[in-house]
Amino acid sequence: MYRYDEFDHEFVTARVAQFRDQVGRRVSGELTEDQFKPLRLMNGVYLQLHAYMLRVAVPYGTLNSEQMRMLAHVARKYDRGYGHFTTRQNIQYNWPRLSEIPDALAELASVEMHAIQTSGNCIRNVTADHFAGAAEDEVADPRPYAEILRQWSSLHPEFVFLPRKFKVAVTGAERDRAAIQVHDIGLHLKKDAEGRLGFAVYIGGGQGRTPMVAKKIRDFLPEEDLLSYSEAILRVYNLNGRRDNKYKARIKILVHETGSDEISRQVEEEWERIRHGALKLPQGEVERIREYFAAPDALAPLAPSPALAIERARDPEFDAWVERNTHPHRVPGHVSVTISLKPIGGTPGDATAEQMDVVASLAERLGFDEIRVSHEQNLILPHVAKADLKAIYDELVVAGLATANAGLVTDIIACPGLDYCALANARSIPVAQRISQRFGDMARQRDIGDLKIKISGCINACGHHHVGHIGILGVEKKGEEFYQISLGGSGDENSSIGEIIGRGFSTEEIVDAVETLVDTYIARRESPDETFLAAYRRLGQAPFKDALYGTA
Amino acid sequence: MTDKLITANHLGDGLVVFLTAAGGWSYKLADARVIPEAELEAALAIAKGQHEAGIVVDPYEIEATVVEGIPVPVRLREKIRAAGGPTVTYGEAEIAERAATLKHAG
Repeated sequence: MYRYDEFDHEFVTARVAQFRDQVGRRVSGELTEDQFKPLRLMNGVYLQLHAYMLRVAVPYGTLNSEQMRMLAHVARKYDRGYGHFTTRQNIQYNWPRLSEIPDALAELASVEMHAIQTSGNCIRNVTADHFAGAAEDEVADPRPYAEILRQWSSLHPEFVFLPRKFKVAVTGAERDRAAIQVHDIGLHLKKDAEGRLGFAVYIGGGQGRTPMVAKKIRDFLPEEDLLSYSEAILRVYNLNGRRDNKYKARIKILVHETGSDEISRQVEEEWERIRHGALKLPQGEVERIREYFAAPDALAPLAPSPALAIERARDPEFDAWVERNTHPHRVPGHVSVTISLKPIGGTPGDATAEQMDVVASLAERLGFDEIRVSHEQNLILPHVAKADLKAIYDELVVAGLATANAGLVTDIIACPGLDYCALANARSIPVAQRISQRFGDMARQRDIGDLKIKISGCINACGHHHVGHIGILGVEKKGEEFYQISLGGSGDENSSIGEIIGRGFSTEEIVDAVETLVDTYIARRESPDETFLAAYRRLGQAPFKDALYGTA
Repeated sequence: MTDKLITANHLGDGLVVFLTAAGGWSYKLADARVIPEAELEAALAIAKGQHEAGIVVDPYEIEATVVEGIPVPVRLREKIRAAGGPTVTYGEAEIAERAATLKHAG
């Protein structure tokens, strides 16, 4: 994985010192809240419902065991013993004291971590496929490009005060596991007919109160032009994006209002101006960054493990976990493991310091020292020998991390909602917990099959409800929490925005409503191989609407 | 007519606080000064002064009703804030709670 060079170290250390000074001046009264707020936001510090919240970047979701141990340490020393992994592959701490945050950041800097650009109207942490560098279906590892984008976008003076926040996602496989079509820029790394690497470029996707699927403005952008083209997009957005209304300030609105053909023309025009300049990526530099992400030497093909087959036959729960929570690896004899942070009835994405330490230890001993955070709020061990699966599983069971539900109905994305968030209108976590309990039976979950439920506690859609197969949006209605259901959303290579099915449901009704939808799907599917999403796309809203509201 | 309370977050630790009768701040809802409408403006001026002085952040008034001598916020959001934490258990306590539920169920 990427290691800081001297410049990175100096840059991050200097930022900690700068923020320490700012916090000191705020506490002493030298800075007002109005002056301090933009400064703390540039360092990932929010003031939430109950306390400050610190969001720490996990660049493209990749970290090693030392870093995970540091996350655990920060949870213990500066927080209340746990953290929350987010849909942007970051981690949030819910209870830090303002005056201690600089110390926490200094400790994080010692393992090459920071909170820079995890909030504010800037280019945020670049996200990537959580199976990057491991997946069997990958054309190339997207992370070197995510790292190049990180270096380019960190404190880029032109893009520090954008009209609104800006999110970039990169995938290196046809199967999109990074939801690139609902990002401001989505990059699909691929090869052209001559075998050269480049990108299909999507812009203007996003969720929030105006959800939009991104428009493809270029089918193939040569690798060497990544930065100049990105800069052209950002420049067009920065100059023309709306600043009069924060709800219309994202690039998706600009693309929508201007039209993708015209935006594309403007981007190409700007790009022509700068493409031969300083931003052209030298091949040597791409290779140098790529080296950091090279697979470990010891990751060599292995023969099939007879012990694995025996263990699977002997232990049906282990067998079910291997079936659901492992993903094909490009190196024979290996898999990527999904460590579910969705225990039945738990808070989606939360992990205790102890659990983080367990994951760090497993990664160090049995996972080539690599860990990923997925945008679905789980952790991943990307490189695992199949022969080691049982040992890993046994330790995960003890730590409460072996729920065999990756991609199933209880693998729910939920934002913190009104339990933590100052912007929320309704709670998300208790709804996720109750749905999880309702469908807790593993045999039933497996029968239901792939089904993504995503829950947001307000219109900002941090819980990705627009792209949930079943999306749930919490609203406040006459002082009560109400939940609106949308169906048919998807954040993969066939992205779609879910359609609202009808009137909302009360807290008491919402879990029954979800169960009604699932039961309708089971009754109407052509075979167990037809997923909920496929069945919905075939059947449309009608049968689901009938089931929920009756035909009257 | 409902009464009012003034709430904010403490500058140093960010936790939820309420303006007290003595003009200070308390983490406890029970200590909150219940403010009649006529006195609200003056109380808000005090609170804003404490914001300027760097003691609390962004004070604002909320509606409350007094139940058995204790003010209770009207809106769910403020009820949750006043409770000092989420409506769900978290961290090790959540794990313990789930384990207890499973044991009970089993």
